[in-house]
Amino acid sequence: MRMPDLTALLTATAVFTSALTFAAKADEVHVLNWKGYGTDEPWAVEAFEKATGNKVVNDFFNSEQEMLTKIRTNPGLYDVVMINAAFNDQAMDGKLIQPIDTSKLPNYADISKDKAGSPMLVHDGKVYGVPWVWGLTALAINDKSFDKPPTSIAAMWDAAHKGRVVIRDDAVEAVQFGAIATGQNINDIKDMDAVKTKLTSLMPQIKTFWSSENDWNQMVASNQIDIGTYWSGSADRAKTHFKLPVSLVVPQEGAVAWLDAFSIPVGAKNVAGAEAFINYMIDPKFYVEWVTKVGAPVSANTKAVEALPEDAFNRKVMGDPEVAKRIQFQAPITDAQREAYLALWQQLKVDVK
Amino acid sequence: MAAATASRSGLRSALPLLAPAYLWLTVAIFLPLSAMVFFSFMTELPLSGKPWTFTLGNYAAFFSQSLYLTLLLASLRLGLEVTLWCIVIGYPAAYVLAKVLKGRSREAIFLLVILPFWSNGLVRIFSWAMVLREGGILDTALNAVLPFKINIDLMYSYPAVIIGLVHSYVPYMVLTCYLTLQAIDDSLIEAGRSLGASRLQVLKRVIIPLSMPGLVAGAALIFVPVVGSFMEPRILGGRTGTFYGTVIEDQFVAVFNWPLGAALSFILLAVVLVILAAASPVLKREA
Repeated sequence: MRMPDLTALLTATAVFTSALTFAAKADEVHVLNWKGYGTDEPWAVEAFEKATGNKVVNDFFNSEQEMLTKIRTNPGLYDVVMINAAFNDQAMDGKLIQPIDTSKLPNYADISKDKAGSPMLVHDGKVYGVPWVWGLTALAINDKSFDKPPTSIAAMWDAAHKGRVVIRDDAVEAVQFGAIATGQNINDIKDMDAVKTKLTSLMPQIKTFWSSENDWNQMVASNQIDIGTYWSGSADRAKTHFKLPVSLVVPQEGAVAWLDAFSIPVGAKNVAGAEAFINYMIDPKFYVEWVTKVGAPVSANTKAVEALPEDAFNRKVMGDPEVAKRIQFQAPITDAQREAYLALWQQLKVDVK
Repeated sequence: MAAATASRSGLRSALPLLAPAYLWLTVAIFLPLSAMVFFSFMTELPLSGKPWTFTLGNYAAFFSQSLYLTLLLASLRLGLEVTLWCIVIGYPAAYVLAKVLKGRSREAIFLLVILPFWSNGLVRIFSWAMVLREGGILDTALNAVLPFKINIDLMYSYPAVIIGLVHSYVPYMVLTCYLTLQAIDDSLIEAGRSLGASRLQVLKRVIIPLSMPGLVAGAALIFVPVVGSFMEPRILGGRTGTFYGTVIEDQFVAVFNWPLGAALSFILLAVVLVILAAASPVLKREA
């Protein structure tokens, strides 16, 4: 094939694919989120489309870095993007997201004041992120292995559970877990050596590193593990939806909390549709259905949480003021920190081989 | 002169046949791979929108931290062990297929060897997870048969990784060895036997040397992907499942550091090429 032909072919391919990618129509709402995380529930999409006439197009990411790259490289494609509050700064600094007119969101007024006013989401009095749900990375236990639930994080180090402990394969989560175990602030770790020592002594206890909810649930179902780090929403889902013997433990030493929020990217073609979609996502009606049908983290909307039954996990356990005192919300992390955490985590994993 | 013209016209007529394959290779392999080489020398991914410059830092990272070298050696050892087990299991099977079985029974056994090959890799690995774990199929079955109680929990261990990988790759060895073994003329073996060689001598002096190309091809086909494997160690290896391949995967997926991931991949490629090149004189003589 001659060179010009090749170039023509490549150009044609490029034009064709970009035409497909950028074919965002005005009445479409393009949403970027984790897969299987609320926004792509078929019943929710259907209800929203019926109510507003907007068509929802979901796209997914596998890591926060990928999410940022996707917005950066596809300006104007996405209308709504779900960003962990700890990454909101980075997205705003990169001029990737725009201020949101909260007067267009009737449900915004019901969002708890501490979440709505979070300095991670509000910059110069402008709202760059609408709090959606929050949750914990705490401990979960296999009910069959404990007579009564442990209260301390030290249970992970208990020799009785050697080889039956799991932790997620995530450097940031592991290091912050180590910080809590050594009594430090997760957002300002002063003594990294203590964290390293503590985690080093944890490694021989570990059975495996889990990476998905499915891993965790299967290991409990086949009674292979006693205790491990787990997400609060997932522990609830394991118990209520999959009927597994799983209980969440928020240890006295504390737990890592995260807040997920919706933002509107700069250049979004359908801002009105985006506002309608975000409002729908924080609506009590959607939330109750999501919790009942699938299981979900805790809504940032106080009315939505109140709409749950009195004894619901997200209301009773997560709403406990004692729990609120113990948890630490994740603050932004620099790239340098992230790489240092990964280096530490990889070293720990190699040392235990 | 006439010969040269003939060969040129031969090439010209072959061109339409070659073009699709080479065009595909250029577009599907050469271009992305060159992009990766390019990325491996950058400080940031150009897609990330941040300013970037050229650097050797990604390659230097390999040498500045002992953990990459430790993992590379662990992966090479894994590759050797898996290849060895594939030979031990695959070669006799290929011999029986090529020389002992005939007709229908050969087809049936052949199908059994190839069958796992047609199923999805992830499915195979997850089915091993069900078999190997404590209270799993193997554990339950053995305890049902044996008079005493044994506890088998191979899941999340180094042997589990070996078992999973050998299972995935043994068909390569069976196929390549089968082809060369089948090509050996039976009369050569009969001649050896009638000249007084024992069965073992025939195996050592006739069959193995003649089937060496198949063994070498199978070993190379298995060794190279196993050294870079990441899915099997991650799912089956548990705490011991950190290998060079999993660290590369982390760079691409977890921290989105493509430049470092690309650099680590090319170091692996270089090491594998050096090993194959160093082994080639030996292998060529043997073959």
